[in-house]
Amino acid sequence: MQHDMHLAPPPLLEIAGLRASFRGPNGYAEAVRGVDLTLQPGKVLGIVGESGSGKSVTMMALLQLLPGGSKVTGSAKFRGRELVGMAADEMRHIRGKQIGVIFQDPLSAFNPVLTIGDQIAEAIRLHDRTVSKREGLERAEHLLDSVAIPQPKRRVSQYPYEFSGGMRQRAMIAMAIANSPDLLIADEPTTALDVTVQAQILDLLQRLREELGIGLVLITHDLGVVAGSADEIAVMYGGRIVERGAVEDVFYRTRHPYTRGLLRAMPRVEDDGEDLTPIEGTPPSIWARPGGCAFHPRCVNAQQICAEVDPELRPALATASACHFAASLPPLAAPSELVGAPL
Amino acid sequence: MLRYLLRRMVAMPLLLLGIASVVFLLSQVTKGDPLSALIPERMMSNEQVVATVKAQWGLDRSLPERYLIYMGRLVQGDLGTSFSTRRPVSTDIAGRLPATLELVIAAMIFGCTSGIGLGIIAARFKNTFADSAARIFALIGSSLPVFWSGLILLFIFSVKLGWVSGPGRLDARTEPPPGITGLFTVDSLLAGNMPLFLEALGHLILPAFVLGWSVTGIVTRLIRSSLLEALNMDYIRTARAKGAPESVVILHHALRNALIPSLTILGFTFAYLITGAVLTETIFSWPGIGSYAVSAARSLDYPAIVGVTLVGAMAFLLANLVTDVTYAFANPRVKLEG
Amino acid sequence: MADLIDREPAATILVRPVFAAPEQHRRPSRGTVAWRLLRKLPPTALIGGVVILFWIICAATVQFWGLPDPLALAGKRLQEPSAAHWLGTDALARDVLSRTLYGARFSVPIAIAVVAAAVAIGSLLGAIAGYVGGWIDGLVMRAVDVTVSFPPILLAMTVSAALGPGLVNASIAMVIVWWPIYARLMRAQVLEVREREHVEAAVAGGAGSFRVLTKHIMPLCWTPTLVNATMDFGAVVLLAASLSFIGLGATPPSPEWGSMISEGASKFYNWWIAFGPGMAILSVVLACSFLGDGLRDLLDTKER
Repeated sequence: MQHDMHLAPPPLLEIAGLRASFRGPNGYAEAVRGVDLTLQPGKVLGIVGESGSGKSVTMMALLQLLPGGSKVTGSAKFRGRELVGMAADEMRHIRGKQIGVIFQDPLSAFNPVLTIGDQIAEAIRLHDRTVSKREGLERAEHLLDSVAIPQPKRRVSQYPYEFSGGMRQRAMIAMAIANSPDLLIADEPTTALDVTVQAQILDLLQRLREELGIGLVLITHDLGVVAGSADEIAVMYGGRIVERGAVEDVFYRTRHPYTRGLLRAMPRVEDDGEDLTPIEGTPPSIWARPGGCAFHPRCVNAQQICAEVDPELRPALATASACHFAASLPPLAAPSELVGAPL
Repeated sequence: MLRYLLRRMVAMPLLLLGIASVVFLLSQVTKGDPLSALIPERMMSNEQVVATVKAQWGLDRSLPERYLIYMGRLVQGDLGTSFSTRRPVSTDIAGRLPATLELVIAAMIFGCTSGIGLGIIAARFKNTFADSAARIFALIGSSLPVFWSGLILLFIFSVKLGWVSGPGRLDARTEPPPGITGLFTVDSLLAGNMPLFLEALGHLILPAFVLGWSVTGIVTRLIRSSLLEALNMDYIRTARAKGAPESVVILHHALRNALIPSLTILGFTFAYLITGAVLTETIFSWPGIGSYAVSAARSLDYPAIVGVTLVGAMAFLLANLVTDVTYAFANPRVKLEG
Repeated sequence: MADLIDREPAATILVRPVFAAPEQHRRPSRGTVAWRLLRKLPPTALIGGVVILFWIICAATVQFWGLPDPLALAGKRLQEPSAAHWLGTDALARDVLSRTLYGARFSVPIAIAVVAAAVAIGSLLGAIAGYVGGWIDGLVMRAVDVTVSFPPILLAMTVSAALGPGLVNASIAMVIVWWPIYARLMRAQVLEVREREHVEAAVAGGAGSFRVLTKHIMPLCWTPTLVNATMDFGAVVLLAASLSFIGLGATPPSPEWGSMISEGASKFYNWWIAFGPGMAILSVVLACSFLGDGLRDLLDTKER
């Protein structure tokens, strides 16, 4: 689909060689180890991986939202402007104004002692001082309405704990789009929600993207979440991207054992749950990461070289894969296995 | 929460009864002989005088009788008559209350504002020099014996430097302002008497600082720790993600949440203040309830000391109740439950 | 933000293993455990401990230090600090430094006695209340409620005024002020520990109530009490001095810190008379705060 564009627009987000490390008692440990990503305006990028894979850290790093004592290097250009090393005061005008963020658990992400309306109005007033408090609240009401929250007039003056989980996430989204940003980063936006509510939230995000032309980065551990909504997918493991490609390529033509593992672990509509095979073992801690390919202790195809050399991300078939055996991976046990992928 | 508050309200009279009984019993087991405070030494051998005095002060009745009489009077607000001033204790206390209130309010204002300010600095610049300095200043405040720091500061700032006035509420020959609130600083302002206001302020500032400093320590410590806890919360990251500058993040988002747990120690702080006030008033010759209690204790004036203790306990109970109610209203989650 | 970074594994270990001595290893001797604990204390807490130790040693041995008699003339009266009298002399020409150091002989034993008595009485009542429950619990806790309704200094003043001035009576008054704190602490601990499995096992094994309480429950309940007692040591020194300052504790010729400051207050311009005892009180209270804080962090009690 990218081929028929006569002139590629400048990318919305262009990340190159991004690294982020945290300080521990025995020095720094890298949580993100050289990530390259590109997102075009109005497109959706899914970043997938288990917890601890560095997917959230990558996004928080470019917004300078990591806890104190962490180090970020490399480059992250937002509409051509370098975010890494940007002065705090300048960064402040990008956060919330041009880049909106949606967090995983909307209960803890909202301030418990301020009303939802106050918090949305604040998001507006922080970037436009001409807006009065009253105007801010009126606009908060409209925003709640636009994310399909019933009775927005009553809702603006309620506290976060008075909202249900799904309503809170809608309010969170309303707050993130309050200043019509160009980019929305959604960090596990549906993880804390019921399955039916999940679908509603994903629909809402999709609708907003279409209506407002917002670029969206969708961070999730669940391939199912990105299957229906992403244009491109980056799979992360151990602080690196292990596979990247267009959504249908990653789903049907994956060349990485970890992605395969994730696909097998993904529940599908027609499944009765019997064939689900979770990946054995747990993802490595950033404080004790194995040498070589970070995935090799859990990989069914691992060979001697995997423990020694960390593979580069290279083109393989349709996607880019960081596996020594990307070209020679045995075919999937049963091709029919993936027929039902919810695309 | 509402139910809890109701239960507290119901428990109040019972606690008051307990307090009054304890205080009465204490005044009865006395070993130091109150008669010696009432009768000059040379008259002690005169049995008639002793008997008259005993009857006059009710010292000849039996214990239960005296208890009932005492309680009956107490309900009517009668705290007995002071041995030394020969006036009703309630009158004495009422007359001295404004002085103590003025001191305590000023100290509370200073202690809370400086404590909150230092707590914010300490949390914002955690583990830096500013943090250590703020915490040490606070810790010294709550460790200092006020009857000593008052003395030393009075010597430095009043005697040596002459920056503030000496003991008392006003200079020796100054007429107090017309009594409206009884607080000289407020009354002089209401009367539009600026020189008098400055004079009263000059007298108030040092004892209020000494007393307030002891509160600073508690407040700083608490604000720092609850602020640090709040700053670790997810909603702080949300606020930053919205583009809030660090000042808004701390003052608007974190402090609001940090103040709620801090409210719970208001009552405790009040106990600290009473203790401090008793000693501070003594050092600064402040004509309040604290110095009254001390002179009563020194002269074994039981009705007076018992009266002050009773009033102090009541005030303390009230402060705790106010704390609970404030807490209930400050925390939006609590409001609708229960 | 918790899910953002893996928790540092080392941070979760804390101090627990020191106490839960693993069975398979040779059990470290008591001395080793104490030494390991000591090494984990922050420097401020160690300084606090050293200061407290200094005052305890001072209280025990000051008469052998060859200082001037704290009650006798030592030159001219009201002299400023000098090489001969580091902290000057008071209105009766007594050496202030000597009096300050001798003051520890009042404050330290009083503080130890008051804290010990309050801990003993309070813990016992609290443990019984928590373990037995029912009306005994109600009675003890109502007594606690009434006692803590008094601002401490007023209660102490009333009690010591009622009993008559003097250090012993002031100490009794302070025990009355402090026991409820320990009753509450111990009761809360007992209520928690009572539910643990080893207690149920002991009860099932037929151990008597008293034995269960003293052998199986109370030994596990001392941590908060220890931390509090450390802090209260300083608070007792402060309140004892306050009472003496008012005139309800030690009486004049005694070199007690509070009454020394009281004498200093009447000789206002000779600031050095009060300086020594004031610094002494401050050092004890600060030291106890430091040590108590360190112990609390080390023993990881949930309070704060």
